[in-house]
Amino acid sequence: MDRARPKLAVWKFASCDGCQLSLLDCEDELLAIAGEVEIAYFLEATRATVEGPYDLSLVEGSVTTAHDAARIQDIRKQSRFLVTIGACATSGGVQALRNFADVREYAAIVYARPDYIQTLATSTAIAEHVKVDFELRGCPISTRQLVEVISAFLAGRKPQTPPHSVCVECKIAGNLCVMVGHGTPCLGPVTHAGCGAICPSYNRGCYGCYGPMETPNAPSLSAWLSKLGMDEDALKRVYRTFNANAEAFRKESERHDR
Amino acid sequence: MTVKTIKVDQLARVEGEGALKVVARDGVVQSAELNIFEPPRFFEAFLRDRMYTEAPDLTARICGICPVAYQMSAVHAMENALGVVVDGPLRALRRLIYCGEWIESHTLHVYMLHAPDFLGYEGAIEMARDHADIVRRALNLKKAGNSIIALLGGREIHPINVRVGGFYRTPRKRELQPLAEDLKRARDWALATVRWTAGFDFPDVERDYEFVALRGMGEYPFSQGRIASSRGLDISAAEYDEHFEETQVEHSTALHAHIKARGPFLTGPLARYALNAASLSPLAREAAQEAGLGIVCVNPFRSIIVRAVEVLYACDEALRIIDEYEEPERPAIDIEPRAGAGYAATEAPRGMLYHRYRLNADGKIADARIVPPTSQNQPSIEEDLKTFATAWLDLPDDALRRRCEQTIRNHDPCISCATHFLRLEIDRGG
Repeated sequence: MDRARPKLAVWKFASCDGCQLSLLDCEDELLAIAGEVEIAYFLEATRATVEGPYDLSLVEGSVTTAHDAARIQDIRKQSRFLVTIGACATSGGVQALRNFADVREYAAIVYARPDYIQTLATSTAIAEHVKVDFELRGCPISTRQLVEVISAFLAGRKPQTPPHSVCVECKIAGNLCVMVGHGTPCLGPVTHAGCGAICPSYNRGCYGCYGPMETPNAPSLSAWLSKLGMDEDALKRVYRTFNANAEAFRKESERHDR
Repeated sequence: MTVKTIKVDQLARVEGEGALKVVARDGVVQSAELNIFEPPRFFEAFLRDRMYTEAPDLTARICGICPVAYQMSAVHAMENALGVVVDGPLRALRRLIYCGEWIESHTLHVYMLHAPDFLGYEGAIEMARDHADIVRRALNLKKAGNSIIALLGGREIHPINVRVGGFYRTPRKRELQPLAEDLKRARDWALATVRWTAGFDFPDVERDYEFVALRGMGEYPFSQGRIASSRGLDISAAEYDEHFEETQVEHSTALHAHIKARGPFLTGPLARYALNAASLSPLAREAAQEAGLGIVCVNPFRSIIVRAVEVLYACDEALRIIDEYEEPERPAIDIEPRAGAGYAATEAPRGMLYHRYRLNADGKIADARIVPPTSQNQPSIEEDLKTFATAWLDLPDDALRRRCEQTIRNHDPCISCATHFLRLEIDRGG
């Protein structure tokens, strides 16, 4: 007998499409997932759509237009469980760099007719607009963590996504600390785990694409980065990338923006 | 007068958000507009005052489907501005990671976005119910491409190992060996993909495109070569702005590109193939011939076969690079910042991607300009619809709408790229 499967929807706001692509990148798990849930709304993959309500909504992207600010309200009403996927949806993304500038100037730099462009002055996280049940970090998210979130939802348990720093992942991976070992500036001490410490594994400092960890001490890290030769402008820029509008990173960048 | 409007409010199976509106009067299509309403993200604005070293990671975020293309155009443009040339094994590794992206992105498009149109499915997941083995082959082939990016780049989407001057860490020769085993299997799947797509039913249509692509020097182009066209254009990337212009239209947040004084042109697999087919590997050339492609393909519906041929080529080329790889002495060459301007065009899976930067003496970006493939192809996509849709106006609305969507997907538009997708509206009167 056919059992009713939970309905999954994937929604896009301002983004690069990379996080929803991560679902299609689950090459080994995709068909199994498609067997456990009903893919009710996922325009990147299929033109077939099923009406809401939806049991699990995955939301990619940030809110940058008045239309999108209204749309997320409607999606929330139709969703039993709403999970944001990626840095854009959880912090505003790289497009939140406009929050530190004048968006009219930005539009004039890119477009000959900025008056045709409808946009908000800020790019904001989904949680600033509606209640979010779970936030998955990363620019992009990790496919392993995405499968964990969907599995946890199906099993009715909390997803296991440790909130500690990338430093712990480096220790688990057995990496030499790039900061101590060869003086390479690294945001690992203040950055949320999840990627598996990829950058240090490639002899590169972490650049914070998973956003701030729980209770980060960014001012202390900045003092160390400064000793490694980063000037105030470099310190401002290092926190202003893909999670520039996440509170801990925003505050620390503003401290160096004088 | 009878008026007919067909609308698709939200196009599926494309990357990003867009819509389509076709207007017909007395049985003739008058206009076709691809509306791109993906919200703008202002990359060219926030790149100002960032260091030249930051451009590869920042611009990668324009597109999650082709981040390697953005990284490659960025590093080549910066190196052009800074007067350095990356050669030898580092250049070979860059070709290798680009092979990975072509395999991954083309396979996604061929099987999951485009093939369902030919076989009458809503999407690949529905297709998997009847053709599980084919969808499994697609996922395995895509995974082979992603494995290259993950190994060389650290991860599949927004790789972290590409930098101006080279890489952060280069692989040991023995690390590449397991990839070669995967790629030998992938090459068989790619050949099967060419034969599978060649068997589809194609509408008998043609268009007189001006094809624009890099012309590689004896090799099928990824990142190097002159910008050439099927009507005699032959320029360096530095001359792009003299020959191409972008204009803004009210119905799109993506700019439209034209060749000055000539009009629309087409980039992407059809253009690359038209200008470089002789440089394909022998296996890819034979497969193209067996599939009936000829030396040039002007039926955009058959672009799915050309994509499959390019996947086969990318598998072959990746195997060649791995076989000939010699570990470089250093992962990157040294670079000193200086004032200057830099230009580069590289071949993203869906077409040519142009970057231009002006740098200050301290290495900060004074000005950036990025022209993604979909901006360049959008006028040609609209022309395709105008040219073809008249013959389809007698179809029932749903069939007509599907045909129009398929016509757009022929060019694998990446709306996220171009805005920086698709509502279809067909107005046929009556």
